[in-house]
Amino acid sequence: MQVTLRVQRFNPEHDTDPHFESYTIDADAMDRILDCLHQVKWYRDSSLALRRSCAHGICGSDAMVINGVNALACKVLVKDVKQPITVEPIRGLPLTKDLVVDMDPFFSGYLAVKPWLIADDAEPEPERERIQSAAERERFDDTTKCILCAACTTSCPIFWSDQEYVGPAAIVGAHRFIFDSRDAGGRERIEILSGKNGAFKCRTAFNCTAACPRGIEVTKAIQEVKQAALFGSF
Amino acid sequence: MTRYHTYDAVIVGAGGAGLSAALAAGKNVKTAVVSKLYPTRSHTGTAQGGMCAALANVEDDSWEWHAFDTVKGSDFLADQDAVDIMCKEAVTAVLELERMGLPFNRTPEGRIDQRRFGGHTRDHGEAPVKRACYAADRTGHMILQTLYQQCNKEGVEFFNEFFVLDLLMVEGTCAGIIAYELATGELHVFRSRSVLFATGGYGKMFKITSNAHTLTGDGPGVVYRKGLPLEDMEFFQFHPTGLYRLGILLSEAARGEGGILRNKDGERFMENYAPTIKDLAPRDMVSRAMFSEIKAGRGAGEDNDYLLLDLTEVDPEVVEKKLPDITEFARTYLDVEPLEEGVPVVPTAHYAMGGIPTTVDAEVLRDHRAETVPGFYAAGECACVSVHGANRLGTNSLLDIVVFGRRGGLAMTEYASTHPLPDVPEDAHEHAEKWLASLMEGDNPEPVADIRETLQQEMMDKASVVRNEDSLTQARDSIGKLAERYAGTRVRDRSKVFNTELTEHIEFGYLLDMAEALVVSALARTESRGGHYRDDHEMREDEHWLKHTFITKGDGGDPSLAYKDVTLGRYTPVERKY
Ligand SMILES: Cc1cc2nc3c(=O)[nH]c(=O)nc-3n(C[C@H](O)[C@H](O)[C@H](O)COP(=O)(O)OP(=O)(O)OC[C@H]3O[C@@H](n4cnc5c(N)ncnc54)[C@H](O)[C@@H]3O)c2cc1C
Ligand code: FES
Repeated sequence: MQVTLRVQRFNPEHDTDPHFESYTIDADAMDRILDCLHQVKWYRDSSLALRRSCAHGICGSDAMVINGVNALACKVLVKDVKQPITVEPIRGLPLTKDLVVDMDPFFSGYLAVKPWLIADDAEPEPERERIQSAAERERFDDTTKCILCAACTTSCPIFWSDQEYVGPAAIVGAHRFIFDSRDAGGRERIEILSGKNGAFKCRTAFNCTAACPRGIEVTKAIQEVKQAALFGSF
Repeated sequence: MTRYHTYDAVIVGAGGAGLSAALAAGKNVKTAVVSKLYPTRSHTGTAQGGMCAALANVEDDSWEWHAFDTVKGSDFLADQDAVDIMCKEAVTAVLELERMGLPFNRTPEGRIDQRRFGGHTRDHGEAPVKRACYAADRTGHMILQTLYQQCNKEGVEFFNEFFVLDLLMVEGTCAGIIAYELATGELHVFRSRSVLFATGGYGKMFKITSNAHTLTGDGPGVVYRKGLPLEDMEFFQFHPTGLYRLGILLSEAARGEGGILRNKDGERFMENYAPTIKDLAPRDMVSRAMFSEIKAGRGAGEDNDYLLLDLTEVDPEVVEKKLPDITEFARTYLDVEPLEEGVPVVPTAHYAMGGIPTTVDAEVLRDHRAETVPGFYAAGECACVSVHGANRLGTNSLLDIVVFGRRGGLAMTEYASTHPLPDVPEDAHEHAEKWLASLMEGDNPEPVADIRETLQQEMMDKASVVRNEDSLTQARDSIGKLAERYAGTRVRDRSKVFNTELTEHIEFGYLLDMAEALVVSALARTESRGGHYRDDHEMREDEHWLKHTFITKGDGGDPSLAYKDVTLGRYTPVERKY
């Protein structure tokens, strides 16, 4: 079948503003939007810039705005979207070129919450593994799924207007450790997230939960972090 | 403008192998990781099923049994000294990952849970054993995340979206690398006392593959063009269960949890090929069985060209809890409900057993006599230690990358602490600069994508699960023609900012090199062993072929072959039956 794509283009070397270009290509209903973009890049305009790698929704490279909604281009099929298919870069991060944005601020936000296990120094190093019950492991299962694609953070209206806000993905990253029974760094992270750019900026718009291609309950995780900050319960 | 950096250890690649090396080196010497992808985008993140270690948390087990399975699985081509190291260190490697915070699934007692995986058995083949440690079906994702987190905690420096173009060698010693920064189009010269390549696999030479678009063999490609050898390139693993047409992987864990392969008549055909362990036979055997079924007209679907992975008899809760991602793949990409119907699958190009030859400390070999290149290391899928021989067992790659990545990082630390920084000539970057300029000069006669598609189809048809002299000769000839066509193509986009046409162009050149090395090595090996199966030489021939292939590109560009004996140990080669 014939598919028409409207793709936002911007080359900083000669454009002052982004504009749209339309491409009509042959595609199958079961093709991914990523396949369509490849058709454009490989056969129509090789200069189209986009990121991608795994092509099955795991590496987190190709978050884009597809028909107004944040999604991974490799996880949306032609059959599931209306034509013409509008493809834009994710919002709120500096635009580099076409569908590529500067991800460094996003990763800085993530790393700001110390997303690594902070062990209790007082405890002796275990000889074998630490014991963790299946229920304790289950407690933070949802937030371990995050692939750092930025679909959530760049769907958040608060983040659009204030890029100092650490954003949903960073809070998800913190949640994954705060609720891990093996971690002793909860207090440090809560302190960071209680600050002016932390979790309390969230106005529970739920955009992030809708945007997550991994089905993580992002807003719920943020609420749990807020609760932990308010009541010290984690 | 060219920029200069100086380090003790430069690691190319930020998958599990690169990050393990970086963690080990980064604690001791000035370390940089240079990667064409953001680290968390690396393909390690897609690994699903698990990482094996004889923890014996669930069933009796020992590292020797693990070593036996690995050697047998390799069709006796693995070097047994390396296998012993890997299987012994597996236990500490898993425990260390747990201590770093990796969220393994747990047993009712709160220990790391373990499950079955193809080819892993109790007591030398007695029965399947639960040896694979796992985190749902996203074990690789959790390994990649955990290592990335730890590297940041330790302050390892990252150069993300830097594409490595060349290795700097000064008088036979490794002196650094040249990289191209995607965001700016600038060249960077990294001078370093030591360099480790961890660039991953190159499955993109095949049409149906579980590999990412970016798995193009850049590291081995650079090495090959430098006139250094590649080892055992003919051994490429096809995983039995790739989604029909797409190749997206459905982990062997699906069969470990009780999934069954069926043909169009609903028959559990693996009973006829591997009566003892059936669906959990090693991948090369299952893939070949699937080929035979399809060839005999017993494939499912309109064209009888796929088989069915049946999960309907597995407890739905197990499917949802332990295999959530792969069931979602079937739903999303094929519109199939695995709880109710069989999932269409075909063998998919999955894993490169061959690669850059190394010692057990990740030192790169200069030739088949085992001389090394001072300061140069390789680990992970781009390397060949060799622990996988002719066929890798499932879960042994995540293990390989963690164990040998770490050993590489430690060896680099030791080397960098005792060796001076090699001098790099001022014009070190000129070769790369001229190369890039020449690619962007003149008109392009045809899309590289056309040439790439032809290569992928040719390799699939003529050099995949079943090969013979005719098919391989034809493949070799077409690769030659495709390489000529490729040489005439140019990069149309002349932009300095995020020019991915340029990087894709270069990547395809490496793929052509990988395909050539594979086919030439395969043509010479007139036997069948593990992933290399020739229907014109169906038997394994230990008298002639119990040896590793070393392929080198000569000065004139023609490849030449040499051989190195396999390091044997406790296990003498016997017929491989399951
Ligand atoms: C779908 C799938 C499932 C799997 N499941 C399992 C499993 O359950 N158990 C198991 O043991 N194994 C599994 N494997 C195999 C295993 O995941 C891989 O072999 C392993 O992760 C490879 O790791 P690596 O670090 O060598 O390379 P990768 O993780 O592929 O990383 C390669 C790195 O090199 C960088 N790079 C490449 N070229 C360049 C360049 N030119 N310049 C700069 N950087 C470059 C990339 O940016 C990337 O960071 C699976 C593989 C696949 C595809
Ligand atoms: S390409 Fe990896 S998530 Fe889409």
